[in-house]
Amino acid sequence: MAKVPVQFTLNGSEKAEFIDSGTTLLNALRDKIGDTSPKGGCHQGTCGACSVIIDGELRLSCLTLAETCNGTSIITTSGLAEAGVLHPLQRAFLDTFATQCGFCTPGMIMAAKVLLDHTPNPSREDVVEALSGNICRCTGYEPIIQAVLTAARSNSQNAA
Amino acid sequence: MELRKSYFADVRKDDLHEIGQPRPRSDSPGHVTGKTAYFADRNFPGMLHLKMVRSPHHHARIRSIDTSEAEKHPGVVKILTAKDVPHNVYTILILIQIGPEDETVLADGKVRWKGEAVVAVLAETERAAQEAAAKVKVDYEVLPAVFDMEEALKPGAPLVNEYHGQNYYLYDSGECRKVRFGDVEAGFAGADHILEQSYQSSPIEHAPTETTGCVVAPEGNDRFTCYTNTQAMFFTLDNASIILQMPGSKLHFVGGTVGGGFGGKVDVIVEPIAILGAKLTGRPVSFIYSREEEMQISSPRAAEKVVIKDGVMKDGRIVARKVTGYTDAGAYSRHSPYGAQKGAGHYPGPYTIPNVWIDTYCVYTNRTPSSAMRGFGVTIGDFALEVQMDKLARLIGMDPLEFRFINAYRDGDMKAHRQPTEGAALIECMQEASRAANWPVAEKYLTMSSYKNGA
Repeated sequence: MAKVPVQFTLNGSEKAEFIDSGTTLLNALRDKIGDTSPKGGCHQGTCGACSVIIDGELRLSCLTLAETCNGTSIITTSGLAEAGVLHPLQRAFLDTFATQCGFCTPGMIMAAKVLLDHTPNPSREDVVEALSGNICRCTGYEPIIQAVLTAARSNSQNAA
Repeated sequence: MELRKSYFADVRKDDLHEIGQPRPRSDSPGHVTGKTAYFADRNFPGMLHLKMVRSPHHHARIRSIDTSEAEKHPGVVKILTAKDVPHNVYTILILIQIGPEDETVLADGKVRWKGEAVVAVLAETERAAQEAAAKVKVDYEVLPAVFDMEEALKPGAPLVNEYHGQNYYLYDSGECRKVRFGDVEAGFAGADHILEQSYQSSPIEHAPTETTGCVVAPEGNDRFTCYTNTQAMFFTLDNASIILQMPGSKLHFVGGTVGGGFGGKVDVIVEPIAILGAKLTGRPVSFIYSREEEMQISSPRAAEKVVIKDGVMKDGRIVARKVTGYTDAGAYSRHSPYGAQKGAGHYPGPYTIPNVWIDTYCVYTNRTPSSAMRGFGVTIGDFALEVQMDKLARLIGMDPLEFRFINAYRDGDMKAHRQPTEGAALIECMQEASRAANWPVAEKYLTMSSYKNGA
């Protein structure tokens, strides 16, 4: 099958790969580049486990063709910690026990990051709305909501 | 809710320093950084992808299988049928001597449920495996199917599973698990009221976010490493050893990290065939259920039917309880004979009743095989029992919580299956629930204890 070149920035690093045309960004990230933090739960855009951030917007990588991402800047949960220091959202997810099986966690953190980037002081309703595309089958939603609100508070304290 | 000092004061140790203290989970740092390694995060050069050809019929004889077109499909490396599986007929619980072996890894001559695995296709890419699977031609002779447990138990019903010979699991106690305690008919004869009700449930899918699957890598030392999200590591290893006729020392299972299980990942389904594929090709193999397979193919919680007949006195005492439970195993046993047996042990619920009669049946139908899920064998039974308790309380005009205090089991009471009650705490739980839910009960119930003669 003919290969297609793709080139983008992933968590600040330049990446270039030859992929089969039609490869999803999820598969390109996981199988070609080796970033397995986005998870494949449904491969049909309903569970949110594959969520990544492309040029600042929340995207489902299982429904995004890798070849449409040329020249973009992509962020995944594996790239959030800086120099080994956890991002406030990661810290908050730890502290509020917002993980159970952990499979939805990277997608949840991506959705939460986009929310806080646009809305630094969200209401509980804002958080619920922002996470509404991400399924936690362990049904640990309450601690997840608390984690996002906690991270927002710690951000605003740091900014003050 | 509070664990009051007055509860079980004689046996309480109050030096439980860890209780009530938050402690970080050891797996959380991996989860929040995306570093936790789930089985599907393992990737090996040259890895093949396995896709199953599945039965489109609920019950059919297989006249012939033609894989010739599929074999020619670009990217196809190996196609497996029943004859390739060393020990094709198995049953999970054979490890604890619960037979007979009744299920095929790949269908041999017959399919017994819609979705049953018939042919395994291994190819260079997932897409090639899927396309080739669509080219496998299976000629079926469709047979009559049965989907209802009571229909399946009638004489003349289509026989679902020849390895059993009848549409129910034959226990050493006969056609069902039986509990006999006191004289239930005498109990009914002396009761003020009789209430008989039936309750039923549909199958329930666990729907984990991470679908069932495994990745198998052949090692240089003639061993196979199987990365899996099974919830039953050693059951799976030992069953794989039987199915593959391969010593367990050749199999290295890596797991314990499960993206949601809920009991849905305790069957032995994907690992043996993936290991066989790796053995016959010498290459790593990935077999991962699609979302559709997870919803349609993986075992659900069994459908159940529960018939409860109670004799109750005007003063609130239940004097006789007869329960007939039916567990729909689907086409194969998996864990359902055990689930139905658990039901027999669990009835008549946490209540002391002098006359009890219980029959629980494990029934075979042409539905998707059911298996474990969170408290299987008792969860649906508890629903039925507690709805029945509310109905009985209403029948005699008694508060439903006070009605439960009257019948609650207490230490020293003999249970219907001849285990004396020990460590009961139902009364204390209900006392606390009464306070927490602001559901007042008479003072005499708040001073009761699970100790019959006081602490």
